[in-house]
Amino acid sequence: MQAKRTTFPNKFLPYWLLVPQLAVTLIFFIWPAVQALKSSFEREDPFGFKTTFVWFENYRRLLVDPMYVGSLGRTAVFAFSVTALSMSLSLILAVAVNRVLRSNRAYTTLLVWPYAVAPVVVGILWWFMFNPTIGIAPYLLRGMGIAWNHRVDGNQAMIFVVMAASWKQISYNFLFFVAGLQSVPQSQIEAAAIDGAGPFKRFWTIVFPLLAPTTFFLLIVNINYAMFDTFGIIDATTQGGPAQATNILVYKVYTDGFLGLNIGSSSAQSVILMIIVIALTAIQFRYVERRIQY
Amino acid sequence: MLSNSAKLGTRKSQHNNNKGVSMSKKVLCLSVGLTAMLAATPAFAQTEIAWWHAMDAQLGEKLQEIATGFNESQSEFKVIPTYKGTYPETLTAAIAAFRANEQPAIVQVFEVGTGTMMAAKGAVYPVYQLMADNGEPWDPSGFLAPVTGYYSDVDGNILSMPFNSSTPIMYYNKDLFEKAGLDRETPPKTWAELETMSRQIVESGAASCGLSSAWITWIQTENLSAIHDQPFGTLDNGFGGLATEFNFNGPVQVKHWDNLKKWADEGLFQYGGPVGGADSAPKFYAQECAIFMNSSAGRAGVIANSKEFEVGFAPLPYYDDEIAEPKNSIIGGATLWALNGKDPEVYKGVAQFFTYLSEPEIQAGWHQFTGYLPITNAAYELGQSQDYYAQNPGSDVAIEQITRGTPTANSKGVRFGNLTQARNVVDEEFEAMLAGSKTAQEALDSAVERGNQILRDFEAANQ
Repeated sequence: MQAKRTTFPNKFLPYWLLVPQLAVTLIFFIWPAVQALKSSFEREDPFGFKTTFVWFENYRRLLVDPMYVGSLGRTAVFAFSVTALSMSLSLILAVAVNRVLRSNRAYTTLLVWPYAVAPVVVGILWWFMFNPTIGIAPYLLRGMGIAWNHRVDGNQAMIFVVMAASWKQISYNFLFFVAGLQSVPQSQIEAAAIDGAGPFKRFWTIVFPLLAPTTFFLLIVNINYAMFDTFGIIDATTQGGPAQATNILVYKVYTDGFLGLNIGSSSAQSVILMIIVIALTAIQFRYVERRIQY
Repeated sequence: MLSNSAKLGTRKSQHNNNKGVSMSKKVLCLSVGLTAMLAATPAFAQTEIAWWHAMDAQLGEKLQEIATGFNESQSEFKVIPTYKGTYPETLTAAIAAFRANEQPAIVQVFEVGTGTMMAAKGAVYPVYQLMADNGEPWDPSGFLAPVTGYYSDVDGNILSMPFNSSTPIMYYNKDLFEKAGLDRETPPKTWAELETMSRQIVESGAASCGLSSAWITWIQTENLSAIHDQPFGTLDNGFGGLATEFNFNGPVQVKHWDNLKKWADEGLFQYGGPVGGADSAPKFYAQECAIFMNSSAGRAGVIANSKEFEVGFAPLPYYDDEIAEPKNSIIGGATLWALNGKDPEVYKGVAQFFTYLSEPEIQAGWHQFTGYLPITNAAYELGQSQDYYAQNPGSDVAIEQITRGTPTANSKGVRFGNLTQARNVVDEEFEAMLAGSKTAQEALDSAVERGNQILRDFEAANQ
């Protein structure tokens, strides 16, 4: 770090320059987070006439509620499946595009499109395709002898939302993988080829390890995406059903708080979510730091 | 953090909306004030009355028409309707606005939110009091009895203005009935008949399913209980107080859910999804299912979507081995609540608007256009004198079904706090039963147990 140190003539100027950013952070992030923390210790009627401080009652009830614990488990399954599916598919696509000599720009552009689609629109597209009554997919599946009805079958519903959520994320992962692949030194791959390593061997022993930083970054981003950014998809497709089979944590916060008007419990749930995000982010930073030193 | 900011985003945008209204109101007040000072002629200053509602598409247009009609009928007040999304969204928006002191004068709340609104004593201005305070005529006996019963408090006072009330009825495809070798003019009267007819429809290949139903909670559980004179909850279905407990896991409900599961497995019944059952109507419109149960307010939609076949209308079936004379069905839909915290001048306008709304011509127009019930006896009589029911066969099925017999404590309606959540639980348990992981008895027992937990939460929050 040999960059020239800038000094300000006015002692307060740097603080003034920071004010807009700090104000945005305080008003839109810190203040609501504190509000959520506060109401997570309270029981309140929807209109806010009677507020009772109940200590950890909201948390205690959540942790003994089989529905909540079930939702935690489902969120884990969902996040893991979405991450695994979208990352493996996008890696395959990226490797394929990397090998295409002509018009790989065109493929790249086409593959990035889904990322521009809003989650709720993704949800509606998939809702149409897989609608048990009017959808094309159940119609085709019936032809293959599979009775598709994610309105009733919880496993099918989970598969369905995992597909929809992964589809949306493939473009994002794909872009990073393509960039990562381009930074793999061609000379090492050629050297391995001269030594007689086949394409698979080359991929697993050279390309994949060199992609590790990208893969790890994407892993964290994808888990975060699956856990917190898929609200729109769930809302437009299954609304958490059937029988809570796809009711992931972030959706449960919404149903309990906004539909159920149970503000205390909903706040406690968002505080728990906040803790999970903080933990995930901490892991990411530690790891990324280590990679930089490496 | 993302979830939190998403939550914040929604709140913020609502807040901004309210801000927008209040800002423009402030600007308006200011300009009005200035003009008044300058010209000393404030007579043109109309008092604005915000009305938040959940009526979309044709219903929303018709509602707008009613507001415009009122605004043109006088010059003192101006009712401004605003569409706020679905019923739950409208309720949530109104509550959030109330907490920020930016509430509308009138909000439309669905029947499920009635318990929540009634418990919020400081937030609502009871309509009977509003009318009395402003010297507007108010005669509860002019309303249909089931409507008054559903929306009165324990002392018999109506707390909110009845507006759009409906009740579930049965729609059937006459052409498919004929194709299956059934009489096109004879819909099933009992569930046993419905079963045999559905089987004949499916076996003859006329359609791939017999029955589909919107609103499993409201139609196949709450109304089923009322029609068979079975309790849904203790303390007169919750009318008696917040200590009420669910008990809809009785023999009739279990038998019915058992049957629905059996029929689903056999292909006679197709599930259309939770809450309003969004997939069930397309099944009927596409002639996949020959029978469809939905709110009477679905009438306009059914007629618009059944151009290729003829629709019949009939009351909901019943189990003739459980009850000889089926009781009345119960209400759905919404009422208008006046919220506290506005100027007396605004309430004067609200009271006048409510009087306008109860006029037979307005009521009958709304009822005939939408399929909602005529709320007042006068509106019903007006329809009869206009020969409306004779010219539109089936349009009186709902009102006849809801007014038949004498209502009992079990058929008067239901009143539970947090009923939205409790209904979600019922939907979930129904789905668990359809998936085969629970029997009907187990599903209903579990729904009652989980529902009671929700009722206790509500009681604790409102004591």
